[in-house]
Amino acid sequence: MVSHQPPQAQDDWFKPVAKDAEKAESVVRPSLSYWQDAWRRLRQNKLAMSGLFFLVLLALFAIFAPMLSPHDITTTQYAKQNMPPSSEHWFGTDDKGWDVFTRTWYGARVSLFVGVAAALIDFFIGIIYGGISGYKGGRTDSVMMRIIEVLYGLPHLLVVILLMVIMGSSLTTIIVALTITGWVGMARIVRGQVLQIKNYEFVTASKSFGARTPRIIRRNLLPNTMGPIIVQMTLTVPSAIFAEAFLSFLGLGISAPFASWGVMANDALPVILSGHWWRLFFPAFFISMTMFAFNVLGDGMQDALDPKLRR
Amino acid sequence: MAIYIVKRFFMMIATILIIATLTFFLMHSIPGSPFDEERTSNPTIQANLEKYYKLDQPTHIQYLYYLKAIVTFDFGPSIKKPNESVNTQLARGFPISAELGIVSILVAVLSGITLGTFAALRHNGIIDYGAMTFAVIGISVPNFVLATLLIQQFAVNLQWLPPATWSSPKHMILPTLALATGPTAIIARLTRSSMLEVLTQDYMKMARAKGLSPFRIVFRHALRNALMPIVTIMGTMLAGILTGTFVIERIFAIPGMGKYFVESINNRDYPVIMGSTVFYSAFLVFMLFLVDIVYGFLDPRIKLHRKEGDA
Repeated sequence: MVSHQPPQAQDDWFKPVAKDAEKAESVVRPSLSYWQDAWRRLRQNKLAMSGLFFLVLLALFAIFAPMLSPHDITTTQYAKQNMPPSSEHWFGTDDKGWDVFTRTWYGARVSLFVGVAAALIDFFIGIIYGGISGYKGGRTDSVMMRIIEVLYGLPHLLVVILLMVIMGSSLTTIIVALTITGWVGMARIVRGQVLQIKNYEFVTASKSFGARTPRIIRRNLLPNTMGPIIVQMTLTVPSAIFAEAFLSFLGLGISAPFASWGVMANDALPVILSGHWWRLFFPAFFISMTMFAFNVLGDGMQDALDPKLRR
Repeated sequence: MAIYIVKRFFMMIATILIIATLTFFLMHSIPGSPFDEERTSNPTIQANLEKYYKLDQPTHIQYLYYLKAIVTFDFGPSIKKPNESVNTQLARGFPISAELGIVSILVAVLSGITLGTFAALRHNGIIDYGAMTFAVIGISVPNFVLATLLIQQFAVNLQWLPPATWSSPKHMILPTLALATGPTAIIARLTRSSMLEVLTQDYMKMARAKGLSPFRIVFRHALRNALMPIVTIMGTMLAGILTGTFVIERIFAIPGMGKYFVESINNRDYPVIMGSTVFYSAFLVFMLFLVDIVYGFLDPRIKLHRKEGDA
């Protein structure tokens, strides 16, 4: 009979590991700031990165392609009406003989400009309005929020259409009309964020060190509200681009010879039955792709900037 | 709850009044009168016309007449089609637009919720990826682009469906598809993300532990809770569908309200513009009001009358 005896514990089994003061304090992984971490996570999102890549490419083409294009798109070229895509006219020509490829990139300029300008103006108005409303709180906040609630109830596109009718259609009008109604969403987001963050301990700490209001806003509040704001901006751009295309399509946008994707699609509508598919296809393709790129980029940023998803 | 409803009601009236006032003064800030282009009319006829449309009165008197027109819902005759009143046009166009809008909303809500639910139940499966790919494309492709593509494919190339007008159920398929795809995509995404969240809740485990059938779990316990966010976006969704009808009706030559609205803008027919803007806005604001109240009843956790605007 063999009895199974547990081995006797020996003292040398339990020796403390030598403490290495330097190693204990050393940081193994590089410390990442909020933005570095967000960028790292955004980079892993293939869809968002391809969206970003497409947008960079689009911006480069929008800047340089019209400069390099040999085609004149201001005077009517009767000899070249409605030609299908060829090696000379990559995207074909329209009924005025204008090169669709060149016009597409002029359209890209308009779309990107409208989108970015609308997002930036929304950003500034929204930050100021929402910031004051959230930071002041109390009665100021409720009055400012009531105003926002009424504005929020306005049918935006109707107001935009109305303004376009009255001010006449131009690029400036489109941007003004879009931002007059558009900043409300941004202001609500900023206010919500500020309202939440201003009660955090680090703000109290800042105050107890004697920091003045401007410094608290600049150093404590703004950096911490940036995540949702940037996401909102990324999502404002495609909706502004859509609105511009929509207005141009209704005949309220900018007019020839200036091109916008909406104008080009609108011009192509009557001839769609005659088989000139390239006139509709290219502007439609680029509107959709740009909106797609901004949407996936915005979604990706939302995930990347959300502290709850931080690992 | 009663206080909340009354408060929302007055907010609604205020919003409508603001829109109406804005519309009126914007219209009157344009130099010139609607009769300027008609060179043939002699001064007497011009004076009579102005008297007929009350344009000879000072602005504030005209404003009072205008408010009376809104309250009594009688916008007087159209300027470009003098033998037709604005009311006649609205009465003729609205049922058609409403039909298009309601069918589209039904399609969008039913298919969006179905898609989103299946995507969530098969999270990261092939249905999920398929549905979400569809959703991102649906959000990115503007409805007027989709409409023209649908006409090109199903009416011109395949000749399965009629390309325009609104007379039989067959005519309704393409416009409805074009209008409903965007909202379907938004609802599908929203349903999916809120379903995913609900499915991780403890009461779902409880429901499964009780041995309920999967069907009952999904419909009684998961969906009912997951649908709250859908109700919140119904307001903006309605606004989107409403403005969407403008272009869809134009593309498909549907004789609805959108057509009159766009026509009146292009013709600068002020009574029609004002009448339809006010009508549209009032309709939309009323719908938002209903959505808010339904939301208040559906979600007992929310004490709406004390709610400070959410972020």
